[in-house]
Amino acid sequence: MRNLVSSVLAIVVVTAVFGFAYPALMTGFASVAFPHQAGGSLIKVNGKVVGSKLAAQAFTSTKYFHERPSATSPAYNAAGTTFANLGPTSPVLAKNVHAAAQAILKLEGPYNPGLTIHQIPVDAVTTSGSGIDPDISPAYAALQSRRVAAVRHLPLATVQKLISQNTDGRSWGFFGEPGVNVLELNIALDKLGGK
Amino acid sequence: MSGQGIAQILVYAAVLVALGYPLGLYMARVYGDGFLLGGDGSLPGGAFGWLRATERGFYRLVRTDAKKEQGWKSYGKTVLIFSLVFSGVLYGIQRLQGHLFLNPDHLKAVPPHLALNTTASFITNTNWQYYGGETTMSYLTQMAGLAVQNFVSAAVGMAVLAAVVRGVARRSAGTLGNFWVDLYRSLVYILLPLCLVVSALLIWQGVPETFHAHATATTLQGAQQSIARGPAASQISMKQLGTNGGGFYNSNSAVPFENPTGLSNFIEMLSLLLIPAGQVFMFGKMVLARRHAWMVFAAMFAVFVIGVAINLPSEQHGSAVLRASGVNITQGNGQSGGNMADKEVRFGQAASTNWTVATSDASNGSVNSGFDAQTPAGGAVPLVNLFLGEVIFGGVGSGLYGMFFYILIAVFIAGLMVGRTPEWLGKKIEAREIKLAALGALFVPTMVLTMTAVAIVTKSGLASVFNHGVHGFTETLYAYDSQSNNNGSAFAGYGLTSFSASFGTVALELGRWVPMMAALALGGSLAKKKIVPASAGTFRTDGPTFVVLLVAVIALTAGLMILPALTLGPIVEGLMH
Repeated sequence: MRNLVSSVLAIVVVTAVFGFAYPALMTGFASVAFPHQAGGSLIKVNGKVVGSKLAAQAFTSTKYFHERPSATSPAYNAAGTTFANLGPTSPVLAKNVHAAAQAILKLEGPYNPGLTIHQIPVDAVTTSGSGIDPDISPAYAALQSRRVAAVRHLPLATVQKLISQNTDGRSWGFFGEPGVNVLELNIALDKLGGK
Repeated sequence: MSGQGIAQILVYAAVLVALGYPLGLYMARVYGDGFLLGGDGSLPGGAFGWLRATERGFYRLVRTDAKKEQGWKSYGKTVLIFSLVFSGVLYGIQRLQGHLFLNPDHLKAVPPHLALNTTASFITNTNWQYYGGETTMSYLTQMAGLAVQNFVSAAVGMAVLAAVVRGVARRSAGTLGNFWVDLYRSLVYILLPLCLVVSALLIWQGVPETFHAHATATTLQGAQQSIARGPAASQISMKQLGTNGGGFYNSNSAVPFENPTGLSNFIEMLSLLLIPAGQVFMFGKMVLARRHAWMVFAAMFAVFVIGVAINLPSEQHGSAVLRASGVNITQGNGQSGGNMADKEVRFGQAASTNWTVATSDASNGSVNSGFDAQTPAGGAVPLVNLFLGEVIFGGVGSGLYGMFFYILIAVFIAGLMVGRTPEWLGKKIEAREIKLAALGALFVPTMVLTMTAVAIVTKSGLASVFNHGVHGFTETLYAYDSQSNNNGSAFAGYGLTSFSASFGTVALELGRWVPMMAALALGGSLAKKKIVPASAGTFRTDGPTFVVLLVAVIALTAGLMILPALTLGPIVEGLMH
């Protein structure tokens, strides 16, 4: 009985401190020190929110760089992330990878003469962990660069320069792997003009 | 596998020791007599007066006399009652969230069997999730329910460890400590300060922390995109530090909002092993056996290295499907390569492997890639790590007291070999201790195998399987392995049914409380004993022989138990392709 009363009282205090005061304190700190990150790293163009640096979005137009495949429903659902959960020997995985590779060959082939499946980087045909991976590998960006340059009538070198400007390297040059942020890259392309 | 990737993992190990060691010494002081309250080992007065007053206020509130200690039975009873009452509260919040405040996205009540499983999952420091956080739980449930349990369930494990370690350290004593004191100190002097620092770092790196509802964006192609955010950073720091693992988002730390950069990934990985690693050194200080503690650390580290050495090459080699597809999986030329299915570009292979091994060694269960998609050999690493009972660093508190079971079995076997009564740190190990150690070490593995068997032969069990064939067996095994061992990571295809939720609830509860009570009983039993002086015939537990013996005992008990199941799952799958 004594334990019961103590437990109830402790729960009230612990919930108040760790359930409300602690997140409120951190939220207050975040809104002052890092308001951009705290709000979800939203990106605005001409005053309108067009997405987040941290979320992939659907790109189907040939003038844009495309994201990795996504298993969310609908694709790139930044409010319902998910893995694909297909096992390493899954026939469904085999089918999806094949379909994704064929689509890339069809899309990029005309701009990359002699393109074969062996040149398609693996991240281009696999779903990401979150379904909203904002990055593609530099290799996949390089594969798409000729198409984007051709469609936009831009010199390839200009597109390549934008790719390197929108590549997030390893943190401190050491932790993680480099990735090209697709949304930021596409915004930079739009700013450049072209068709 | 690049040199750069291996260097990342080596730096991880070095920083873990560099931060874990001083943290361990600090924790030993926190649980020592009279920390901040006067007496030996207290910090200088004055500046800490308000902390002292707050602590005394808490003890007055819960009506405990901080100087009055409890025996193991009384301690265990308090733990159980406290957890039971909290379970009721957590269940209630989930069921009522639709009518409560802080629910800007208007989420409805969590269904009963899911709420029950989630309650058990968070109370037991597991954080197994049969739901997607951003689509199921209101901000109130996340903050006042789940996040609070991240603190409390971790603190309960830490408190119990402190009590058991006191039992090892004391001689001819009847008590192990006061639960309320240990709980308060774990929360306020260890978890809270670490959380404040890690939260701030994560927000800086890009993790959201806001009470605003989902943001809506109009994409470059003119579509509408809803972007889930919320008070995430404060919860994520804690789910890592407290080896909880339950994500704010469904895909956990694979989601860029939960883990935006290579650096945030490093910080989160470090957080998940920091306290369990520190507790090994805390143990060494509290029982005055630092060399022995280093040997325990060495044994844990050896198993960690084995995990990395299997997982990284397997994942880099790629899965059968990807190799057969013909796409380029070779590392270099602007890609990490390997098995990128359900992995994120910014982490690549090395950082994904490092996380996989760390989270399954600790009973954390957070993930930064999808385990279901890992190669047979790669995915077998977390499966086995879990099955070893989460003792390789392990959960906060629960990992080390779990390791004590294996240590006792190791010294027992050594004793049999030399024909002497086994001793550990000067205490004679007798029938009662060995029985408790055997119960603690073998109960959960036995339960995992039994439950998997039931789930695989019943229709209701099979309904949860997502990938068919051999991989479906592995999914099932992993589900009960993870819940029973209070890890919480998943081969996430395994789905929610009322059967899987209820069966899982049983696994969660028994997997937590049976070993914990065995550990407390063991602590109580050891506390009563006198110290016998070491002689030439005493088996030394502070040298490399002990490390080898300890690793061998772990491999021969839990390791051998899971071998037949491994044969049915990952091994067959690996051979088939």
